[in-house]
Amino acid sequence: MAAAIQVHGLTRRFGDLVAVDHVGFSVSEGEVFGFLGPNGAGKTTTVRMLTGVLDPTEGTATIQGHDICAEPLAAREHLGIVPEEANVYLDLSVWRNVMLMAELHGVPRCRRVEEGERLLGLLGLGERRKQKARGLSKGLRQRLMLCSALVSGPELLFLDEPTSGLDVQSARLIRQVVRDLNGHGLTVFLTTHNMAEAEEMCDRVAIINEGRIAAIDTPDQLRQTVRASQYVEVSFEGPGPQEAALRGLPEVERLARQGERMLLYTRRPGRTAVALADLADREGLEVRELRTCTPSLEDVFLFLTRGGGGEKAP
Amino acid sequence: MSETARTWRREAHGALVIAKKNALLYYLKPPVLIFGVLFPVFFFLTFKMGRPVAPEEIVPGMVAMALWFTATAVGPLVTPWERRARTYERLISSPISLRAILAGDVLSGLAFGACLSVIPIALGLALTDAAVTNALLLVPGIILGALSFASLGVLLAAPPASNPSNIMLLSNLVRLPLLFVSGVFLPIARMPAWARWVSPVSPLSYAGDLIRAGFGQVAYFPAWLSLVMLAGFTAVLFWGACRFHRRWRAKGL
Repeated sequence: MAAAIQVHGLTRRFGDLVAVDHVGFSVSEGEVFGFLGPNGAGKTTTVRMLTGVLDPTEGTATIQGHDICAEPLAAREHLGIVPEEANVYLDLSVWRNVMLMAELHGVPRCRRVEEGERLLGLLGLGERRKQKARGLSKGLRQRLMLCSALVSGPELLFLDEPTSGLDVQSARLIRQVVRDLNGHGLTVFLTTHNMAEAEEMCDRVAIINEGRIAAIDTPDQLRQTVRASQYVEVSFEGPGPQEAALRGLPEVERLARQGERMLLYTRRPGRTAVALADLADREGLEVRELRTCTPSLEDVFLFLTRGGGGEKAP
Repeated sequence: MSETARTWRREAHGALVIAKKNALLYYLKPPVLIFGVLFPVFFFLTFKMGRPVAPEEIVPGMVAMALWFTATAVGPLVTPWERRARTYERLISSPISLRAILAGDVLSGLAFGACLSVIPIALGLALTDAAVTNALLLVPGIILGALSFASLGVLLAAPPASNPSNIMLLSNLVRLPLLFVSGVFLPIARMPAWARWVSPVSPLSYAGDLIRAGFGQVAYFPAWLSLVMLAGFTAVLFWGACRFHRRWRAKGL
């Protein structure tokens, strides 16, 4: 599949500070690519370079085959951008905000009017088209930003914390619209702190820390990188087995108690679960709940960005 | 259509979109009205009251001063205002160049200045014995003057101040001294020698001279020189604006 974004050795320095340090990755057309990292890790600086707000100090990147330094306008023609802060023109009406971005992208009049009306309807802003953006709530402003970003029919959409601090309705609507558009081939570059959102929406995820890419993979594969964080969770009706018996089960490395539940940390959760069921059977214990748990994306994120907790797979 | 022609057409279209946006958003902002409209009115009253000058003689100066303040008022407001509102990033990540964005800012200053200069002209013609004797000098004087003044305004907006009032202060530090050496209040020929030496560095000197010639009064500079100098000021100031805005943008400011 062709690459919508290709990044090689992208670097940005602010004086002595290296905000982004030789970052490289590729995003395929039609992919939803998550870009995660703690505050100050270099996420926004990377996005600002890719979208033409900042010039890179070193390295190259292409958007739909156009170099962001050599052909910046051609590269930006393909973009729609929804920044974290809904920076709409507060003194312009909802409609004028959308039309302004369409005009800047050179969308012909009849198409921009048709598309603007369709998008405002889709995002629940149809009845507010004459209202000034100043009067909109945060959620509605973010929907307006999405309308403005989509009105030019971009092939690539940058979303920077698109649902941060929004009401549930707006957040859900934005996610739904983005998912539907992705289903029709739109490539999405999603920057987020929301791990559940990343896990739910992204085909692949890159984790950036201290200006460098710490990992890039699918959420499932990333979870596999922290093997020692896998565990079996079990609770029993009545008194359970002795802790020593649980420690003696195959592959169990560590034991932890969480209320009535026992957490058995293991490299092979399936095997440990089978052995646990055998133990309960032998000792006549009734299992109330038994489940295997793999680390969440949040666990992976914390592991990679704080260097703590687990053990990385070879 | 060649690629170059397509690019220029697109850039021109982008500049017009920006100019339209500025007109909708900034023409009625208080700093523009105060520094662009009220300032010249009060300067005029200060200059006129108690002085034995025929009203028709001060009409060209009034027009030039109004043009100076109005055309330079929009540029210093737009970029700092947009930086503070973070809408500036939306513009520079859109598929038009920084040069087209700044050209749009210049066009909005030009339109604001040229349109509002009609008011003192109309008042001068209606209320005094002043008459336009050479529109071929008056109109280019106003258009080229507004272009160079608006370019100066956009250049002054380049420093990375997120608060518009800081840039408005800076712009007044530049505009007021230039106003006093440009022959608006006193013809350049009657100014002291040091002021006659300084006046050629101000674009207002040439625009004021053309406007004065348009109203049939004696000009200090030859008309061709004023036209060339105003075109030169526009080119240099706009080039400087592009250069400094680009430099600050590259620094992420």
